[in-house]
Amino acid sequence: MLNTLTLHEVLESLNRGECRSEDVVGSVLEAIHRTDGMLHGYLTVNEADAMSQAKAADLARSGGAKGRLLGVPIAIKDVLNVKGQPCTCGSKILKGYVSPYDATAIARLRAEGAVFLGRTNMDEFAMGSTTENSAYGITRNPWNLGCVPGGSSGGSAAVVAADEAIAALGSDTGGSVRQPASFCGCVGLKPTYGWISRYGLTAFASSLDQIGPMTKDVRDAALLLQIMAGQDPADSTTIHASVPDYQAALKTDLRGITVGLPKEYFVGGLHPDVERRVQEAIEVCRQAGARVVEVSLPHTRVAVDTYYIIAPAEASANLSRFDGVRYGFRAEGALDPLDLYKKTRAEGFGPEVKRRIILGTYVLSSGYYDAFYLRAQKVRTLIRRDFEAAFKQCSVMLSPVSPTPAYRIGENSTDPLQMYLGDIFTVPVNLAGICGLSVPCGFAAGNLPVGLQVMGPALGEESILRVGYAYEQATNWRCRRPEMTRANSRQGVGV
Amino acid sequence: MADDKLQSAKTIDVRYVANLARLNLTSDEAVQFQSQLDHIVDHFNQLRSLNVDGVEPMAHATPIQNVFRDDIVYPGLDRDVVLNNAPAQSGGLILVPTIVE
Repeated sequence: MLNTLTLHEVLESLNRGECRSEDVVGSVLEAIHRTDGMLHGYLTVNEADAMSQAKAADLARSGGAKGRLLGVPIAIKDVLNVKGQPCTCGSKILKGYVSPYDATAIARLRAEGAVFLGRTNMDEFAMGSTTENSAYGITRNPWNLGCVPGGSSGGSAAVVAADEAIAALGSDTGGSVRQPASFCGCVGLKPTYGWISRYGLTAFASSLDQIGPMTKDVRDAALLLQIMAGQDPADSTTIHASVPDYQAALKTDLRGITVGLPKEYFVGGLHPDVERRVQEAIEVCRQAGARVVEVSLPHTRVAVDTYYIIAPAEASANLSRFDGVRYGFRAEGALDPLDLYKKTRAEGFGPEVKRRIILGTYVLSSGYYDAFYLRAQKVRTLIRRDFEAAFKQCSVMLSPVSPTPAYRIGENSTDPLQMYLGDIFTVPVNLAGICGLSVPCGFAAGNLPVGLQVMGPALGEESILRVGYAYEQATNWRCRRPEMTRANSRQGVGV
Repeated sequence: MADDKLQSAKTIDVRYVANLARLNLTSDEAVQFQSQLDHIVDHFNQLRSLNVDGVEPMAHATPIQNVFRDDIVYPGLDRDVVLNNAPAQSGGLILVPTIVE
């Protein structure tokens, strides 16, 4: 049952010589065989390659090598380039693409000896909140196979929660690490903008995108952040600062910490079970010594609109590179280059990506730029100022990650606006460029996980990890595991 | 002036914008996207209620300064590996339909 261990437990076990990387990878592969037929968290798993990476790690270890992740298998969202592996971004337009290089985050994990065993499913180009927008089929929620795992990093969340991976990476542009972590009951960290290099992360919205770890506990998230964070010459937006010791920040008491509750996040529209679980979590933090104050983020109600102008605008520009010329899919029978672009994009992109490209092109087009895009950029400044003012009164803020637990597959797929509004608590963090953590905080009716969001200021990762850790250690939600049987898809999802 | 534009922006011309984005749409897609995007753009109108006079637009989350690197030659990606991802190639080049007659 090595697959059920956390990353730090696997490392301790490997370091003590109690098991080999081959055993760990073998155990994870067995778990994938057992349950991924039901879940479909992975798009591809290269077993032979994973086993040979594991054997190489075992050999290196016996030769005295000391990588901080030596021999630990990690699952990678299909949007991050791993040299020699496919990278489709869940899109038909990148079918057959093989990465010619490692993303910086991947290169840093590889330098510490990580094993890259497979690619996880996602909403096409990370656009979505359910993983239903993948061109390669849906992923199911391990806690209830009739429900979505969240998105866009739904595959990574599902495989971590189902012990089909020791840990995983996702990417978060408006909540795509935190929300699926919340829906699947694992830990998801969205670092401060610019803290992990975006080099080799296929771009969705360049001013919002961040890579983040998805793990079984907070310590594992701290460990992976430690390795990936910091300045990178290949990404000029990375922050020049030294990386603190995140393990040292993990303390079980919260004395001296002031926790803010943004009042706009606790108004109507919250699922009652989500509200109850989050209130209980706040009480746990208070018991651990935190002082709790109410704060205000007055522009919360316009954050979703602001996000759905800025993110599609940037996406429409970033996705113009997918035109059938240099990589991936090319439509047949084009008469000239213009025809080639239009046909390839029409056949290669799915509906949600097309909608956002049209929306983004529209808000940037002559005559609408000032009214939509420029105005949204100004409102983004107001949203950032809200956070700056609120963080003068507290070190972190607590809120739900999502207004609801996971919903049923197909339930929200016909009304994109309704889906977008579910991002209300996660998009402000990306707009402001700050950091956020999703930690499991119990269950709603139907045995569906609820996530607590811990938000911190820019480079406030030590604070959010400390609060997340203290909360996690005071409760035992992390020990619960889903039982995946066909039958659990028939469980009711009640209010 | 911008507000006048917004007032008249009740509907996106989905076909026109799709053409700008180099995207063919089927008639079913055009109809579906038209109503969905009208709905979304209509929701954006709540941004109009905010006073943003004198507020600096925010293009990036962190203060960006220009970054220079040392002018050192280093190898790029291997040509064959990169070309292997192209849908059509020949003689070290990517093939596309005829551009000039």
